[in-house]
Amino acid sequence: MEKPKKAKLAVIRGSTCEGCGVALLDLNEKILDLVAVADIVYWALGLDFKHGDLEAMEAHELDICIHHGSIRTSEHEHLARLLREKSKVMVAFGACSCFGGIPGLCNVTTREGIFREVYKDTASTINDGFVTPRTSVTSNGNKLTLPGLKEQGLMLSDVVDVDYYVPGCPPTTNLIEQLIPLIGRFIETQELPPKGTYIAPDKNLCDECPLERKHVIIDKVVRPHQIIPEPDRCLLEQGILCMGPATRAGCGARCPGVLMPCRGCMGPTPGITDQGAKMLSAVASILGLNNEQNRTDEEVDRLMDQVIDPLGTFYRFTLPQATISKTYQEKGKK
Amino acid sequence: MGNTADKKIITIEPVTRLEGEAKISIHLNDDGNVENAYFQTVELRGFEKFCQGRPVEEMPRIVTRVCGVCPGPHHTASGKAVDAVYNVAIPPAARMIREVFYLAHILHSHIAHFYVLAGPDFVVGPDADPTTRNILGVIEKLGLDIGKEVIKHRGFSQRIQEIIAGKATHGVCNLPGGVSKPLTAEHRAEIEHMARSLLEFCKFSITLADDVLINNHRNRELILNDTYAHKTYYAGTVDENNHVNFYDGTVRVVTPEGKEYVRFSPGDYLDHIAEHVEPWSYLKFPYLKNVGWNGFTEGVESGIYRVNSLARLNAADGLATPLAHEAYEKMYDALGGKPSHYTLAFNYARVVEMMHAAERLVELAGDKEILDDNVRTIPTATPSEGVGSVEAPRGTLYHHYWTDENGMVEKVNLLVATGQNNGPMNLSIAKAAGNLIKNFDVKQGLLNMVEMAFRAYDPCLACATHMLPGRMPLEVTIFDSRKNLFKTLKR
Repeated sequence: MEKPKKAKLAVIRGSTCEGCGVALLDLNEKILDLVAVADIVYWALGLDFKHGDLEAMEAHELDICIHHGSIRTSEHEHLARLLREKSKVMVAFGACSCFGGIPGLCNVTTREGIFREVYKDTASTINDGFVTPRTSVTSNGNKLTLPGLKEQGLMLSDVVDVDYYVPGCPPTTNLIEQLIPLIGRFIETQELPPKGTYIAPDKNLCDECPLERKHVIIDKVVRPHQIIPEPDRCLLEQGILCMGPATRAGCGARCPGVLMPCRGCMGPTPGITDQGAKMLSAVASILGLNNEQNRTDEEVDRLMDQVIDPLGTFYRFTLPQATISKTYQEKGKK
Repeated sequence: MGNTADKKIITIEPVTRLEGEAKISIHLNDDGNVENAYFQTVELRGFEKFCQGRPVEEMPRIVTRVCGVCPGPHHTASGKAVDAVYNVAIPPAARMIREVFYLAHILHSHIAHFYVLAGPDFVVGPDADPTTRNILGVIEKLGLDIGKEVIKHRGFSQRIQEIIAGKATHGVCNLPGGVSKPLTAEHRAEIEHMARSLLEFCKFSITLADDVLINNHRNRELILNDTYAHKTYYAGTVDENNHVNFYDGTVRVVTPEGKEYVRFSPGDYLDHIAEHVEPWSYLKFPYLKNVGWNGFTEGVESGIYRVNSLARLNAADGLATPLAHEAYEKMYDALGGKPSHYTLAFNYARVVEMMHAAERLVELAGDKEILDDNVRTIPTATPSEGVGSVEAPRGTLYHHYWTDENGMVEKVNLLVATGQNNGPMNLSIAKAAGNLIKNFDVKQGLLNMVEMAFRAYDPCLACATHMLPGRMPLEVTIFDSRKNLFKTLKR
C-alpha cells in the first residue's frame, strides 16, 4: 500500500516567550492528528536537526513553516529569511509574529534606554562601570560573541512575505486545530485558502462575547480594579475599557469570560491594520463624542482624559504594526 | 589535532547558532584542560523599561509574556505585587483561588520536566541511542498507558489554570485586591476531581522516581557523582514551621553546611540580593549581597546561591503534607544527608514537590470556603510601591513595582528564578566539562553530560528545553586560536 502523503512541516521561532510552543503542546492527543498529516521535520525545540541542514535544503523543499515570535535580533531576521526561501507556505503564528506582540512595546523606547534601565538603573543591579552585553567581547583572554539587538521590535511580515496568520497570545486550541485539515487538503489537492487569510473568524470579538450589550452611552471610564462589575454585562458599557470592538474574534472571548476586559491579542478586526485607531473611534462612540450628544469641548477633554495609557492599552499587542511605528521606521530609513 | 600550544575554544550552541536563546562556550588552556566555560543568554526584551508608563493593574496581564512556559508564577507574583502597591488585603476565597491556580501551574511544570525532559536520561538512559532518548522512548519503555496518563494529567493541570484564569497560558484573573471572578460550585467539583486524579498520578510518579533514580544503581552513581555537585548557599520560601510554601512566606537562605544564614521578608530582598553584569550575557547574575560577588566560585565565601526544587528542600525543614514529607525523608536518606549538593537530585526533588502540590491542591479544592462570592477588595489607599514573590517551579521569583500616586508604573524590577541560577549553571557546566575534557581529549558523551548539568536547573530561557520529544540538538565546535575548525561533534 502506498504511504499517505504528508506535508513537511517546520516550526521555528524568533523572539518568543515560548507560549506558542506550549499552545501547540496543548493540542494534547490531537497532536497525533497533526502528525498524521505532517512530518514535523524541524521543531527548533524538539528535533535533532541543524540549521546547516536547513541551509542545504532546496528552495521550497519544506511545505509549511510555522513561525512564532517577533524579530528582535539580526539572527531572528536571518532565520526568517532562510525559512521563507525554503518553504512553500509561511504561517505567522501568534500575536508576536502577526503584529509584534507585547514585547513590541519596546518600540516606545530605544535599545540604549533598555540597556540603561536593565543593566544600570534597576534597583538590585550593582554595576558602577556600566558594563553592558556586547556583540563581541574578550573575557579572561577568551573571545565571546552575542547577537545584536535591533533598535525596534518587528513583526514577521516586516522582513518576509507571509501567507497566513494564526492570531492570539497564544493562539487557542480551537484555531490551531483548524490548521490540521488545511494542511491535509493542501497535500492532497495543492489547494490553499486565499493568501493573507487569518485562521480565525472574520468578525469582531463582541460577536462571540458571552456578556450582554445594551448599546448605551457612558459618561465615566473606570479602571478594572476600581469596580466590581455586574457579572453578565458588557464591561465596556460598565465603563471598563475593553478592546472587544477593535479585536478579531476566535479565542472565545476568554478574558471577558472571567470578567476581565479584552486587551486585543487577536489583533485588529478584519480589514483594519491599526487596531488602536479603530479602538479610539469605538471609545469616542461609546462616550457619545460622535456629535449625537452635543458634548462641549470641555466635556470631550474631561471624558478623554479618563482614558489613561491609550498607547499601552490600544496597541498592547500591535505596536510594531501600528501606523506610528511604521512612520518611525520610514524616518529611520531616511 | 592542531598545534597544542594554541588555545582551543569549544562552542556548544543549543539548537545551533540561529535558534538558541542560550549557548555554551568552553575555553581550554594550553594543556588542553578547561580554563573557562560560559553559559550565554543571547537575547533581551526589556520589560523593566517598556512597562514604565503602564497602569499598574495591567502588570499581571503584561508580565506573563516574560515566559510562556511559566506565565503562572509571573501572573501570581505580579498579582501579589499590585496588592502591595495598593496596600490591600485580598479576601480569603481570593487567596485560595490564587493558590489553587498556582499549585496547578507547579504541577504542570514539574510533570513536563520530569517526564518529557529529565525522564529520557534516567528512564531510557544517558548513553542510550539519541533517537530513542526522548519522550517517545520513555513511553516505549513505560508503556503507552503511562504516556496517556502523562498527557492526561498535564492536561488536567492546564485545565485548572484555564478555569480560574480564562487561559492556561497567559491567564488574566489577578488584579489589585483579588481575583476577577468567584469559583462556581460546578467548577470547584471539576477541579477537585482532577486534583484527586493528579494525587494518584503523583503517587505513581514517586514509585517511578524511586525505581529509576534511587533503586537504579547506574543512575544513583550518576547522581552522586562529584561531576554534578556544588557546595553553594540555597534559598527558598518557607512558612512559619520552615516548611516549603510555593505561594507565600519568608525567604530562608542556608549556608553550604545547611545552617540558616538569613531569613527575610520578600519585600526586603534588596537588602539581601544584588545583581552582577557580565558583558558576555544578556542575563544578569544575582548573588547574596552581604556575602558579595566573588566571581564564578562556590563555597561559603561566594555569594552565588541556588534556587529551584532541591535548593528549596535544602532551605526548608520539610513539607507540610504527609506523603510529600515521607518522600522528602526518603530522598535525603538516599542522597546521604542534608543539605544535598548533587545537581541531578533536583530531578527527584521535583517529584517530591509535585506530590506536595497535589496534596495541597486536594485540600484546597475540597474546602467549600473557596466558593465564597467575595473575591475582590476595592483598593482605597494611594498606590506607591510593592513587592510580590512566589516560589516559581524554578525558584524564587520577585516582582517589584513603583508607581506615581495615580498608579502609573514608574519603575520595575524583576528577579527571575533562572537568573538566580545563572551563576550556578556556569559553575556546573565548567565542572562537568572540566571532568570530561582532559589534555585535549574530548570524551564521548560530552554533549549530553554537559547538557544534563544545566538541564537539571530546568532553565527557562524561553525554555529551550520544554518540548516534545524534548531533546535539544547540540553541536560542539572546536576551534584553535586562529579560528581554524579543529573538530565538530554533533548529535
